[in-house]
Amino acid sequence: MADAYFPQIINARELRLTIDHSFNWVVANFGEQLELAFLPVLKMLLAIQNFLLWLPWYVVILAVCAMGWFATKNWKVSLGFAAMLFLTGAVGLWEPTMATIALMVTATVIAIIIGIPLGITMSRSNRFQSVMLPILDIMQTMPIFVYLIPFVMLFGPGKIPALLSTLVFALPPVIRLTNLGIRQVDSEVMEAVTSFGATPRQRLLTAQMPLAMPTIMAGINQTTMLALSMVVIAALIGGGGLGYQVLQGIQRLEISRGLMAGIAIVFLAIIFDRIAQAYGRRMQQHLNLGG
Amino acid sequence: MSAEQPKIAIEEVYKVFGPDAASVMDRVRDGIGKEQLLEETGHTIGLRNISLDVQQGETFVVMGLSGSGKSTLIRHLNRLIEPTGGRILIDGDDVLKMNEEQLLDLRRHKMSMVFQRFALLPHKTVLENAAYGLELAGVKREEAHERAARQIDLVGLAGFEQQYPRQLSGGMQQRVGLARALATDAEILLMDEAFSALDPLIRTDMQDQLLDLQSTLHKTIVFITHDLDEALRIGDHIAILKDGELRQFGTPEEILLHPADDYVTRFVQDVNRGRVVTVGSIASQPPTLRLDQASFKLARERMTEAESDVVYVLDGHGRLAGVVTRELLEQARSEDDDWWRQREHYADAPATEMDTVIEKMLPMVDHSDIPVAVVDENGRFLGAVSRHTAISALAKSPDELRADAREGAAATQGVGEATA
Repeated sequence: MADAYFPQIINARELRLTIDHSFNWVVANFGEQLELAFLPVLKMLLAIQNFLLWLPWYVVILAVCAMGWFATKNWKVSLGFAAMLFLTGAVGLWEPTMATIALMVTATVIAIIIGIPLGITMSRSNRFQSVMLPILDIMQTMPIFVYLIPFVMLFGPGKIPALLSTLVFALPPVIRLTNLGIRQVDSEVMEAVTSFGATPRQRLLTAQMPLAMPTIMAGINQTTMLALSMVVIAALIGGGGLGYQVLQGIQRLEISRGLMAGIAIVFLAIIFDRIAQAYGRRMQQHLNLGG
Repeated sequence: MSAEQPKIAIEEVYKVFGPDAASVMDRVRDGIGKEQLLEETGHTIGLRNISLDVQQGETFVVMGLSGSGKSTLIRHLNRLIEPTGGRILIDGDDVLKMNEEQLLDLRRHKMSMVFQRFALLPHKTVLENAAYGLELAGVKREEAHERAARQIDLVGLAGFEQQYPRQLSGGMQQRVGLARALATDAEILLMDEAFSALDPLIRTDMQDQLLDLQSTLHKTIVFITHDLDEALRIGDHIAILKDGELRQFGTPEEILLHPADDYVTRFVQDVNRGRVVTVGSIASQPPTLRLDQASFKLARERMTEAESDVVYVLDGHGRLAGVVTRELLEQARSEDDDWWRQREHYADAPATEMDTVIEKMLPMVDHSDIPVAVVDENGRFLGAVSRHTAISALAKSPDELRADAREGAAATQGVGEATA
């Protein structure tokens, strides 16, 4: 049957070539400027990493232990965090662990700086929301390798493309949940706030943000977890850290190296997730509408 | 209506909900039916041609069931919802013509609102909630807290300042809502079903508290409710809405005694009359004696004549001196008419004023067969209401009550003339 073949409506090969050429043109003409533009981000990432490595290892462990205690108010849990971090150092993975924490923290901080204002804007405009939602869907469903390679072409292998691809993947939850959290604030409370003469800014600061905070915190928590889950893929393009250890384990068929780095990643996930969740829960308790 | 400018004037206000409300306004003004409009254009009529005046210092109740448009109407006053047509004047200023700044000023200083589900900020303490309106208006924190604390004290929540709303019961949360609304010293208080979410007993408490506060504060209150009992109890005037249209406007007694249409009549049938019908409207004329003319003979004659077991004794100014029952006459040791000069021989007569409602009067005759005397503010005797009369008035239809009211008024008037 002739219809078994899809008819050629446009010249697809031509189209692909055009896209490739224009991308190459961007790389050739703007690659350097882009790299320069992202230099501050790289500096921030390296500063965090160097600071963590400059601190005596026991200070880092004590700090995590203290954060755990403030969040959970549970000595056993926070001692558990300390033990996990100690183990990663004990098996010789201290440096890559600190590098991974630095990447994750940088990605999360940037995600918060970009994501919360975007989420607030979405909550205020239905039109902006209807534009943003499909974009966020694309960011979360587009296979990572599709944008991984272009990033490498633009910036060359290294920390910046690793950070950017982590951001693309990890940014959506904080945007979505900021939007959702603000939209879910009780409409009667918002009416009350308006009826007492609050300006849009006062409404945001005195009611919407505080009441949406538990939901926003859940978004930030998801963002950190997604960032952590990207470390191995980010290592492919020069992210370094624990991901690089896993990759080496695969390349050299050293099961032990991969396993240990893998367990270290899981430890980090547990520590950050529990601290963020406990913090979110405490906030929730405070905000509980009870009624 | 008085020539005085009303505090709030609602003039021919319309609200149409839908994608392009302005485009269908002409048809709404021409009186198109609600269903027809919805079917043909997809627009819903929220309010149709509402005009009402609210006077300074009164409690104005808007009553209606859900969907009657009452909540929409109250939200027009501070423009939480924009009307589609009409004018709303507050002290003569058109609210709809206000710019953003004037509107904020109106909301911050002139009007405050109490909500059905309290709408407190759960992350702020009771004190911070009460001070919220003041803080928005830029009052310094210290002063705001001080003023808020006074209102918390006024609504009876002293000692709870540092608690969070979720730690309080519904009634207490609404007191916080009331304190928040009072703290800004707004002249106008908008109350949107403020007590509807509370248990019946708490609701009555809150109504009492509101009446109490109002007797000293004299705010202009617009109160929304679906409960006619509540409307009759607290309202100086009541507007009844149905399907976005005004069905009747009047004082509680006008509504109760002259319901405008079948819809209002059906409502009125279920009302607790004890809270509305006053003793003045059902008082009758019992036998009386002038103190200086009193004698055993005359007392017996008057009682027999009126088929009564009591006779009221009045002084020279028509004021109530006491009451004498048949039983007392029989117990008297001699028939010497000097007996009458000693007031300690009389029984105490429970007395109250004309505007006391039956509900408040009944406890006075709980353990006694002596009718309650009705007196004016100078203590002059106007008539009396027996327990039997009061109880039967609770069960009467509006028509019967109306007929009785005419007779009752005539009777009390008669007494007034006789003693003058």
